[in-house]
Amino acid sequence: MSQDIQRLTRRELAERIANDIPDGSYANLGIGAPTEVADCLPEGVTIILHTENGLLGMGPKPPPGEEDIDLMNAGKQYVTALPGAAYFHHADSFAMMRGGHLDYCVLGAYQVSVTGDLANWHTGAKDAIPAVGGAMDLAIGAKSVFVMMDLLTKKGVSKLVERCSSPLTGIGCVRRVYTDHATFDITPAGVVAHDLVPGLSFEALEKICGLKLLRKD
Amino acid sequence: MNKICPSLEAALSDIPDGASIMIGGFGDAGVPFQMVDALIAQGAKDLTIISNNAGTGSEGIAALIKLGRVKKIVCSFPRQADSKAFDERYLSGELVLDLVPQGNLAERIRAAGAGIGAFFTPTAYGTLLAEGKETREINGRHYVLEYPISADYAFIKAYKGDALGNLVYHKTARNFGPVMATAAKCTIAQVSEVVAVGDLDPETVVTPGIFVKRVVEVKPTPTHG
Repeated sequence: MSQDIQRLTRRELAERIANDIPDGSYANLGIGAPTEVADCLPEGVTIILHTENGLLGMGPKPPPGEEDIDLMNAGKQYVTALPGAAYFHHADSFAMMRGGHLDYCVLGAYQVSVTGDLANWHTGAKDAIPAVGGAMDLAIGAKSVFVMMDLLTKKGVSKLVERCSSPLTGIGCVRRVYTDHATFDITPAGVVAHDLVPGLSFEALEKICGLKLLRKD
Repeated sequence: MNKICPSLEAALSDIPDGASIMIGGFGDAGVPFQMVDALIAQGAKDLTIISNNAGTGSEGIAALIKLGRVKKIVCSFPRQADSKAFDERYLSGELVLDLVPQGNLAERIRAAGAGIGAFFTPTAYGTLLAEGKETREINGRHYVLEYPISADYAFIKAYKGDALGNLVYHKTARNFGPVMATAAKCTIAQVSEVVAVGDLDPETVVTPGIFVKRVVEVKPTPTHG
């Protein structure tokens, strides 16, 4: 069955998310896969990217030889500053999140629950070295929290779950989950599945997730 | 008034064992590497370090940890691809970790500098990192009570500074510098260039000199800005 499902590549998933961020938004793209959304923003729109280490108006990576050790993103990769950019200190940067000024953030996840709980900072393994960074601030701060993830773990277990088993990052904070199988909106009525990839039926998706889902409209 | 110190050695000479030290920087940007090297040479031990990361490779905070000079670290993101020094000491139980969400770290430091006794924030509500902490529902939203973080010393790196301690920064190397500068009893700034009093435009000074006790000029290097 599964070989007939035309799952989205990471690039296609990034494009799907990029097209859903409205012109004129302020957005923060999390470390890892979400960073790729920046490369897919449509021409002609102005989306101002925030990086929590103190820059609004983040641009693409610099050409080789033009890297500046003092200009990087939250993933510690070299970036550029676009015309109109602004630098600021960490307390101001996190006020932009925690104070509800940031329109969107896109985060990776280990698990998301049907009520929008997010688990993305700690696998829960006892010997794991924890690191939280800005994940908890983004989760509660951005006006809309989007998650970008594969629907299934490497072992084939759904990461969209009734209740998270991994330690939580935030409660009820996720609005939409973009996956390689479909997109899921977390709503008060339940999880609405839409934009299923070709070859995937609604019933098959429910079975894969082990969840009761709602159809759009 | 002249806050310029002739050397890092002179600027760090009074740091005692057991001191708490904030160290600016995010990744490598804004880390006062040379000042941390000078601290290693100075010899103080049993330190509490407050910094976003716990160092990578064999430089800076990683070197301090590897030498066993740090008893506790307060940070948001210790685990990195190359954080071997931290990983080893943490897993062996020789180093105490106080893991703080990054926004709480910045705001708790800011609160200390601003004389705020404590504050309520929604960050981490309902998570492991808020366990045992006081909570309150305000206008229908849940908050966690967080206390300020202050320190004996703050080590920060700035771009230009003057004898009065006024500072400006360079790009994303600013990060924790301006907030840490406000929250320590003694803030020591490593600057790439000391300029004459009056050369910095008052409209663009980021850290006013009142927050800074000592300024040391350290010429940038290709790898450490």
